[in-house]
Amino acid sequence: MSDDHVYLSLAEGHDDSDARWAFGTGFEDPLHGVSTAVPEGVDRAELAATCLALGDDALVGAQRLAEWTTRAPELEEEVALANIGLDLLGQARLLYARCGQVDGTERGEDAYAYFRDADDFRNVRLAELPNGDFAFSMARLLVLSSWRLAHFERLATSADPVLAAIAAKGVKELTYHRQYAAEWVVRLGDGTQESHRRMQAGLDQVVPHLGELFAAHDAGTAVLAVLGQVAEAAALSLPDVPPSAAGAGREGDHTEHLAPLLAELQSVARAHPEATW
Amino acid sequence: MVSVLTDARRARHVAEQVPDPELPMLTLADLGVLREVRVTPEGTVVAELTPTYSGCPAMSEMRAEVAARLKGAGYDSVEVRTVLDPPWTTDWITPEGRRKLAEHGIAPPGPAPRPAPGPVPLVLSATRPAVPCPRCGATDTEETSRFGATSCKALWRCRACREPFEYVKEI
Repeated sequence: MSDDHVYLSLAEGHDDSDARWAFGTGFEDPLHGVSTAVPEGVDRAELAATCLALGDDALVGAQRLAEWTTRAPELEEEVALANIGLDLLGQARLLYARCGQVDGTERGEDAYAYFRDADDFRNVRLAELPNGDFAFSMARLLVLSSWRLAHFERLATSADPVLAAIAAKGVKELTYHRQYAAEWVVRLGDGTQESHRRMQAGLDQVVPHLGELFAAHDAGTAVLAVLGQVAEAAALSLPDVPPSAAGAGREGDHTEHLAPLLAELQSVARAHPEATW
Repeated sequence: MVSVLTDARRARHVAEQVPDPELPMLTLADLGVLREVRVTPEGTVVAELTPTYSGCPAMSEMRAEVAARLKGAGYDSVEVRTVLDPPWTTDWITPEGRRKLAEHGIAPPGPAPRPAPGPVPLVLSATRPAVPCPRCGATDTEETSRFGATSCKALWRCRACREPFEYVKEI
């Protein structure tokens, strides 16, 4: 059976409205059938901002993880990184869908992912930095997954039931992501002289970006505890953590690296904005 | 009312038999993702599905298949809804589902970790119990990768019979 036939057989039995097979636009609303009500007392603007920032961290992070496919040290690591990216993509879809329900625009997930420019993204800068060395990517994944896990643990009791459910589900996934990253940081940090040197360099490059991540709330304490635990097990020294600093990516002020990432991510959807295939 | 109840039971049976697209030896009932099937007083069949993982690409396929089978069974008005709360865990896989997994060479999951109050601890020492080999039953097995061909599976190998196998990891 040729590859063509595989895809032809996948398409059989699906009508024209079923446009999900080519990973393009036109997916069903991931929150289909979930109550869209917003409880009284929940600040819609704040809820939308939270969903957008967390959705953007996840989408941009997923794109960087996907870039490791065909480039990672081993096939198993590519599979792992792609899986982690897929979880984050799923979280982004749910968060964008919720954002569109509460920010007054009624936009669907595609509008957020494909039709906003870099200035409109609210992810932290750390998420958009190029992958660099594998050790840097592992240090970044450790920080981002630890922070997101701590944040989601708190959001699981959010007054908004949809955000609470998205967060409760995400906690389980993020626990695996953090475990994966932590084990690599220990393996490399406590490995050979060369792997130790590069892991230390990766950590040194990531830590200066913690200020932006810690600005919004106090999940920072939990992240620092994890970083301390991992650094000790990995025989790495933890650089000085910068003070919390609001702004930057969370206000749409990004590095030069985000626009090219989005250009690639959005190219097909923008070239064929009405296409389903 | 009696007919609505009977109808709901039949509709549930139809939806329960839909195979999982990634693990086709399991039905959606075996996997524990079919939360509820009911018939509204207006005659609409409402089926509720919950995703295994947030990014599971099989979710839309499941939704489409449940709707198609219910329509094929004569229900004209069908709605398949997503339910996120409570989140799915591998504990929802039925004993029958576990048996089928093992029969197909996939090690079923152990008990899912129970959420304790406070932050999820990071455990760096190897504390994971050995997963018995689904082919030969030996416990001399090792993990080769915690992430496999689908979100829900890890890759393992058996040191006794030398066979690699997949393992539905607890979540």
